[in-house]
Amino acid sequence: MVALLAHGTDKTMASTAPQITPQSLPTEWRDFLTLTKPRVMTLVIFTAICGVLAAPATIHPVLGFTAILAISIGAGGSAALNHWWEADIDAGMKRTMNRPLPGGRMRREDARDFGIFLSAASVGLMGLAIGWLAAALLLGAIIYYAVIYTMWLKPRTPQNIVIGGGAGAFPPLIGWVAVTGDITAMPILLFAIIFFWTPPHFWALALFVQSDYAKVGIPMLPVVAGEKVTRRQIMIYTVLLAPVAIAPWYIGGTSWIYGSVAVVLSALFVVLAMPVFTRMRAEVDSMKPEKALFKFSIVYLFVLFAALVADRVAFYQGWIA
Amino acid sequence: MTPDEEREFLRRRKARNWVVLGTLIFFVGLFYAITIVRIGGQVN
Repeated sequence: MVALLAHGTDKTMASTAPQITPQSLPTEWRDFLTLTKPRVMTLVIFTAICGVLAAPATIHPVLGFTAILAISIGAGGSAALNHWWEADIDAGMKRTMNRPLPGGRMRREDARDFGIFLSAASVGLMGLAIGWLAAALLLGAIIYYAVIYTMWLKPRTPQNIVIGGGAGAFPPLIGWVAVTGDITAMPILLFAIIFFWTPPHFWALALFVQSDYAKVGIPMLPVVAGEKVTRRQIMIYTVLLAPVAIAPWYIGGTSWIYGSVAVVLSALFVVLAMPVFTRMRAEVDSMKPEKALFKFSIVYLFVLFAALVADRVAFYQGWIA
Repeated sequence: MTPDEEREFLRRRKARNWVVLGTLIFFVGLFYAITIVRIGGQVN
């Protein structure tokens, strides 16, 4: 999901971006690995594992591993397609200008073919080894991220992060469905948690790296609508996230273990979002509240999902009623 | 292509080939394991 920050496909930027020169040497395998955005994948893998472990059924460890692997390969494939599509814009941003494509270490069509191959292989693997409902969801997630989000909506709306949040929300849903074979309220809630978590997480970051986005013309909310609107939107989504995060406990899908963690974490999230919402940036400002909120948002998601797994393991082992 | 470039060319190609080989072996093993697990419950 961190990959969302690298997006922005205003093709008018292509003319001002550095030229990408084709290279004659074979591309290093490490550059192919870079295309899959391994750091982003850690969160994908973590939330997918949580979906598998929290599901109310068992799966053979080999099949569970295969499901996680297929989700990871699918995420890598869509990330590679994202690299291919946004090579020009990446060349114009300091943070992304050394990626394999803008760095001139790889041919553009190689990145495209690699992304298509990984995406197709992941869906095939999921379908053959696990089931075609999970495979269909994985295919939907890849199309949602690579086509609907990256190619279509992201360059057209400052709500791109909200839309992109849907792509990052698929892994626990797919992991759950891989185990149970059906879609119920709980996996949809896991999807909704990441969906509502994404805007405050990324907009908090966007507030203190705003200049980079402005430079390449990405329609990020702080660039297009300004800080005041962004701060209000952060507060709105943080408040909306709280009941969604607590809902698995409220509907009886989890016990008090998850419920108490969700209540405390969500309350802290709202408390930390308040100063971000109420203040305006000063001339000399280290953006401490925004940075604190961003860091906490990462802790929030990891601890919340870890609590979910702990809760379900305790329940299935009979340690709690 | 200079000798240095040729050496680098061969080094990169060799490294990629090893990665492809490792990946193929991994997936052969994985598909074998998946097959055993999937048919395991249907064989008496």
